[in-house]
Amino acid sequence: MSDATDIGVNPGAFAERIAEDPDAMSSPYAGGELGRGRRRKEDAKLLTGQTNWTDNITLPGLLHMAVLRSPMAHAKVLSVDVSGALEMPGVLAAYSGADLAEVQGSLPCAWPVTPDMVHPDHPPLAVDEVRHVGDGVAVVVARDRYAAVDALEAIAVEYEQLPAVVDMEEALADGAPLVHESAGTNRCFLFDFPGAGADYDETVQAAGDDAVVVKRRFVQQRLLPSAMEPRGVVVAPIAAADEYTVYSSTQVPHILRVMLALTTNIPEQKIRVIAPDVGGGFGSKLNVYAEEVLCLIVAKKLGRPVKWTESRSENYQGTIHGRDQIQDIEIAARRDGTLLGLKVQLLADMGAYLQLVTPGIPILGAFMFPAIYKMQAYRFICTGVFTTKTPTDAYRGAGRPEATYAIERIMDELAVELGRDPMELRKQNWIQHEEFPYDMVAGLTYDSGNYEAATAKAEQMFDLAGMRAEQQRRRESKDPVQLGIGISTFTEMCGLAPSRVLGSLSYGAGGWESASVRMLPTGKVEVVSGATPHGQGHHTAWSQIAADALGVPFDDVEVITGDTDSSPKGMDTYGSRSLVVGGVAIHKATGKVLEKAKRIAAHLLEAAEDDVEFDKGTFTVKGSPEAKLTIQEVALATFAAHNLPDGMEPTLDSDYVYDPENFSYPHGTHLCAVEVDTETGFTKIRKYVCVDDVGKIVNPVIVEGQVHGGLAQGIGQALYEEAVYDAEGNLTTGSLVDYLVPAASDLPHFETGRTETPATSNPLGVKGVGEAGTIASTPAVMNAVVDALRPFGVNDIRMPATPERVWRAIHGDGTGRAAAGTVAYGGAQTAATSGSAEGSSL
Amino acid sequence: MAKVSMKVDGVVYEDEVPPRRLLVHHLRDGLGRVGTPVGCDTSNCGSCTLLVDGDSVKSCSVLAVQADGAEITTIQGLADDGKWHPVQKAFQQHHGLQCGYCTPGMIMATVDLLKHNPSPTEEEVRHGLEGNLCRCTGYQNIVKAVLSAASEMRGDGPLPGSFADAPETAGASA
Repeated sequence: MSDATDIGVNPGAFAERIAEDPDAMSSPYAGGELGRGRRRKEDAKLLTGQTNWTDNITLPGLLHMAVLRSPMAHAKVLSVDVSGALEMPGVLAAYSGADLAEVQGSLPCAWPVTPDMVHPDHPPLAVDEVRHVGDGVAVVVARDRYAAVDALEAIAVEYEQLPAVVDMEEALADGAPLVHESAGTNRCFLFDFPGAGADYDETVQAAGDDAVVVKRRFVQQRLLPSAMEPRGVVVAPIAAADEYTVYSSTQVPHILRVMLALTTNIPEQKIRVIAPDVGGGFGSKLNVYAEEVLCLIVAKKLGRPVKWTESRSENYQGTIHGRDQIQDIEIAARRDGTLLGLKVQLLADMGAYLQLVTPGIPILGAFMFPAIYKMQAYRFICTGVFTTKTPTDAYRGAGRPEATYAIERIMDELAVELGRDPMELRKQNWIQHEEFPYDMVAGLTYDSGNYEAATAKAEQMFDLAGMRAEQQRRRESKDPVQLGIGISTFTEMCGLAPSRVLGSLSYGAGGWESASVRMLPTGKVEVVSGATPHGQGHHTAWSQIAADALGVPFDDVEVITGDTDSSPKGMDTYGSRSLVVGGVAIHKATGKVLEKAKRIAAHLLEAAEDDVEFDKGTFTVKGSPEAKLTIQEVALATFAAHNLPDGMEPTLDSDYVYDPENFSYPHGTHLCAVEVDTETGFTKIRKYVCVDDVGKIVNPVIVEGQVHGGLAQGIGQALYEEAVYDAEGNLTTGSLVDYLVPAASDLPHFETGRTETPATSNPLGVKGVGEAGTIASTPAVMNAVVDALRPFGVNDIRMPATPERVWRAIHGDGTGRAAAGTVAYGGAQTAATSGSAEGSSL
Repeated sequence: MAKVSMKVDGVVYEDEVPPRRLLVHHLRDGLGRVGTPVGCDTSNCGSCTLLVDGDSVKSCSVLAVQADGAEITTIQGLADDGKWHPVQKAFQQHHGLQCGYCTPGMIMATVDLLKHNPSPTEEEVRHGLEGNLCRCTGYQNIVKAVLSAASEMRGDGPLPGSFADAPETAGASA
């Protein structure tokens, strides 16, 4: 296990210390910036109310836009009369979809996952038909936000109701009402992926009587991302020059700029996009939204700045949702427990339209179902389905939590079928640490990992043996409060992404990231990054990377992000990519700066370049200790440019655009103990231990925070959160009254630990941490809940495991039992077979 | 229109406001005091929490006219002459914030919580803050920050795990 704690940059005691210290809050200064628990530069403004949220922006003559939204899931729009609104006080303009039809374009989807994917038009304002509750039908522009919202009520819309399409299987049935009539089907795409291994069915058949097959149906309920800051947009036009500054609470200002140009035909160079301080995203602000386009075209029409600020209720109807998949998964193993293969058939709910990467989300999962396990065969088939619901898209983890849930849940079911301990079955099948790099059956090559080390540490922190003993005691004494233990040994693919891989998946852009590092005349440093933060702490971490490389003080580094004028190139922040791609770009750019500085230092010191050495910010000449220049002195000399080597350009700065060669693969072992009150159905997390291996650490405080927040969202999916639609397509959890975002009192104390197995695919050895907690925790919790209830014959509970669902599962209405051909609670069909390959086809 | 007068972060403002205007909108749109954000429309999230005459209030659930004559403290008025309140310091030290959108409300609710219970247990902190939602932190570091601030405000010093070189003012870093 020694290789798991060899972190290289800060060797020795410090590595041990942060690995051992669960709160990682007291990391000492270790002589370098990498690995140091810096407190965040971002915090000062956030703690004192000096933050620049989009809704804080005000401009002379600012107008406010409000959107009238469809109250129906599906209807023809027969007429929209905005004349009443125009008569309201303070109203300057009102437009229907028909009024803007010529200029509003269609919202983009950049990921056509198959050549024949159905890609319907997505007008920012509906023109002829509305397709989900919350679909926009008209806008009002007024002098203040109250006047704009009031005037919405004066707009008369005539609808002809059409049938809602809520359930994915019903949507695919013959004769189902169509979400998009012209498509002739509700099937968006069929993605059939054979993996890189053997054929699944042939493999299982070849194993004959030695094959044990377990099938399950798992339902990934729909989730509401719920970033605390609702979205907002402000567009400031300079009408005479046809130039526009777009402020948006977006994760992706660079992508947004390109897409706004393509959507509106305003030339790209005339659009500047600024993401001011952004209050969380979790994927929900990785998009191009109707209101961004509408504010832009309305501001252009009126020649005045226009603001739109989303209410939380609008956020739940008009901002993308997450998950919403039905997973039919089948796993095959030999009787000795050796895995043979995996077959997955997904139904993925697109919602009514395709947003920026809607169809790609389940496809990301295609590569993750085999997780950390060796097997010969794999098959993945995904059907994208249109329904009359809000579009789905990226939500923290985006395809990977769903895959991880399914494999980790079914590994437990397989263990039960085989009479094996679930951890021992995992250990038997996972990639051993000496086997890396490892070519996976799903086609990826995992560069590194040490599942043994992370698991050993987690077992020790959790006291797994002690917990099992207590569980046994409670079972024997028929304690009304039963104990369950859940395991999740997960990995994920982060650092999206090598551009050539994205190209092979038909994604519409690359996966590189850009950085510029500039030494200023006074020796201070500016770092420009294309990665765009919305709460992570990029400015702190990027300062550490630059300060460490250049040997300058942390406080001398300023980071510039989120404005396409000052940070012109970028692919932005999502998919746990910022450090792994953007951070490496900064590291590479500092290398180029140092290369140039060294040549100049050699010139100024009249030494051969090979004799010049650089350490902690100072250039010295071998054998001449008195001959030295600080990097700040070199920066000033390069700015003055009085005495540079022939042909050398003045100023000390450099750019780097980094395109990763592989994904990164964080992994870890999460162990959860739950107490389930069998009389009330209430589940309480008794203990949660996670050991994450995210490679080398730049800032342990930030890493710790990312893990905590990820855990909260994953636990939220397991126990609390569900976006519910009724049969008419109404979102019945349309506000924070009905949608349970966990509060402090709903969550436990987390015990976190780390191992550090550096990534070999990038020079910093980093892997990314933004999504790990979310991906790992949902199956850990649900495996624990099911484990607690196995004595009651329960072998599945649909998420979220509310007290009612748990109580019903215990008290025998069949909802907790997976049996072939039965429909379990809430339509969750589960099936279990064993002993042969019969019935293994989907 | 109704005439209202209120003292906000030490400054008295007299304005004519529509009777239906929410206090938070009066502060943000009328007075330009935008440090207090709005996170929902059902008074669930607590982002807009501030102090009205010393007690924590969700300012989206109060009309501006109801605050006539009141003394209001927002996150922008919590620091004393540029010196951070112990709760602000503790939130930075314990990384009790990420995106920071819930932070003004969370801090103001904490100030009120510690006024009524200067020595809360972890459980009491978790229940005391259940009206304030955070989507980023998982609350663990918020809870730690509150316990540390409580300890410091009682004169027992910050809790172990804090840095000795805690910043006193905005802009400093550990």
